[in-house]
Amino acid sequence: MRNIESAKRFTAAFFEREEDLIAGAAEARQAGFEVYDVYTPFPVHGMDRAVALPPSRLTWIAFLAGALGLVFGLTLQVWTSAYDWPLNVGGKPFNSFPLFIPVTFELTVLFSGLIAIGVLFARNRMWLFSKRKVFERVTDDRFVLVLRQSDASFDIEKAGRLFARHNAISVVEGDQFV
Amino acid sequence: MAVSAREVNETEQHRASFEIAHPVYSKLRSPLILGHKSHAEVTRDICQLLDPKPGRGWWISLSISLVLLIIGVVATVHTVMTGIGTWGLNRTVGWAFDITNFVFWIGIGHAGTFISAILFLFNQKWRTSVNRSAEAMTLIAVMCAGLFPIIHMGRPWLFYWVLPYPNTRGTLWVNFRSPLLWDFFAISTYFTISAVFWYLGLVPDLATARDRTKSKLRQTLYRVMSLGWNGSNRTWSRYETVYTVLAALATPLVISVHSIVSFDFATSLIPGWHSTIFPPYFVAGAVFSGFAMVMTLMILVRRLMHLEDYITPQHLENMCKVALLTGSIVGLAYVTEIFIGFYSGNPNEIFLIINRGLGPYAWAYWIMFGCNALVSQLFWFKKLRTSIPAIFVISILINVGMWFERFVIIVTSLHRDFLPSSWAMYTPTITEVGLLVGSFGLFFTCFLIFLRLFPVISINEVKGVLGYAKH
Repeated sequence: MRNIESAKRFTAAFFEREEDLIAGAAEARQAGFEVYDVYTPFPVHGMDRAVALPPSRLTWIAFLAGALGLVFGLTLQVWTSAYDWPLNVGGKPFNSFPLFIPVTFELTVLFSGLIAIGVLFARNRMWLFSKRKVFERVTDDRFVLVLRQSDASFDIEKAGRLFARHNAISVVEGDQFV
Repeated sequence: MAVSAREVNETEQHRASFEIAHPVYSKLRSPLILGHKSHAEVTRDICQLLDPKPGRGWWISLSISLVLLIIGVVATVHTVMTGIGTWGLNRTVGWAFDITNFVFWIGIGHAGTFISAILFLFNQKWRTSVNRSAEAMTLIAVMCAGLFPIIHMGRPWLFYWVLPYPNTRGTLWVNFRSPLLWDFFAISTYFTISAVFWYLGLVPDLATARDRTKSKLRQTLYRVMSLGWNGSNRTWSRYETVYTVLAALATPLVISVHSIVSFDFATSLIPGWHSTIFPPYFVAGAVFSGFAMVMTLMILVRRLMHLEDYITPQHLENMCKVALLTGSIVGLAYVTEIFIGFYSGNPNEIFLIINRGLGPYAWAYWIMFGCNALVSQLFWFKKLRTSIPAIFVISILINVGMWFERFVIIVTSLHRDFLPSSWAMYTPTITEVGLLVGSFGLFFTCFLIFLRLFPVISINEVKGVLGYAKH
């Protein structure tokens, strides 16, 4: 888990164009810098690959949650209709399996969707009273690349040259940004 | 500053791989957003709609909507206090106006999900300008729809009895074999998933609004609702994953909802209802009517809020094409119904077809047939697809036609049943008309509030498609 407190010092570069950001981030990573994170006003496609971010495992959460909903829906219907209090409705069998499919499907979707979004918020630590800081203009039109100065060997001049080559408009150093 | 040749080479490679990662860019495409906007201009254009005090046009629209809503509230109170006897229903026609309205509003909702989920999965970039308001329309339409069955229950305060919860009656469980119960599950799931899908798409834009607004009240609202969004790429990556998952879930969901609504009819034995064509026929009709409503609303919104650069004639033309396709499917279903009615050889089915087209409700049938099957064919002509006044008129005609479709399906199938001695006519009472008027009041009141409270256009998604035609 990445924690703000555990990091020591950061270097942030501001870009105006997403292309510069992607190329800059990819090159920084290849040059051995540790890319802490990237901040963008919209999802920049190709960014995950540039910073070698593995695909999210949330799809599996959604799948398992859906499976849970499916099992819950089927169990609920079979148990209530065929075991707990079987009622004869129009002569249909107590366990009218095909007629249980629609509700099972709806519960599958409901569980999968709600749990996926709940885990997304939890994993991103998004909640109503979040006090997280935001880079200036990053929700508008700025792209920010943040490098972690992991140890003393961090070469700030090399980083500066790299950013300049990719048309960074400014570079800032600090203890804590976000 | 010295830059080695190797480093320059690497940069070139990254540029090249970036372009390969975006196969949708092409020189052949025309831009989705007009006016060569920069990212900052997009933020400004959409956010500046929120801050100033609403103009006179908005207040007048809201007042009219509120008057309609009050009519609906009065009609609801009258119905609940007195009973369903205030409606024009009788022993033969037990479903009429309220179920018509229910199916009508549920159908309207389907276009929003179609735009937000299905077009997303098909990578249709033009959806970005309209998806936010189309999804809001979905949510509000489903709310309007849900009210009708609840009011029809007669004792709406007991509506929670449709939930399978342990109770003191035995426990007596609900009947899971009934399509009416499936309906409850389908619509509540649909509303919930649509709501979280809409909200998830809204979060980054609420953060943008939060960082720009000057009003203290709005800033608090947006800060709380944006959940501390800071545009981190890790967050974006997971966000997009879940957004895609929700789109993939919403796609079969929306098809299931109107299929299940059609099961309310199709699983019965009434001629005109008992038909396997119903699920696809209803789903196509729902998307058709929903797109008509989206077009009506978008034409008004782009004009009144000066969003001509964002909602362009190209967007409207694309929606016209969807309406043309679904309208043709609906027309095909009408003709198929007639054919199958005669082909069945069943005297009750044949009578129903003749009674629909020539009986006492023939006027409603021909309004339906004309407005849906015939008027939608006008969209074959590019002149009409690109003329905004023409689209506006046609979309309203389609809305009228689709309301009558549900009326025809419900009332003409019931009013002359198997036993001629029990034949009856149905006329709505003023209370029922009040409920319909009230649902429009609720719809427009909520939509007008949405227009003032949230970014009408998905800012972050539009920024992502600004380069659509540049590369």
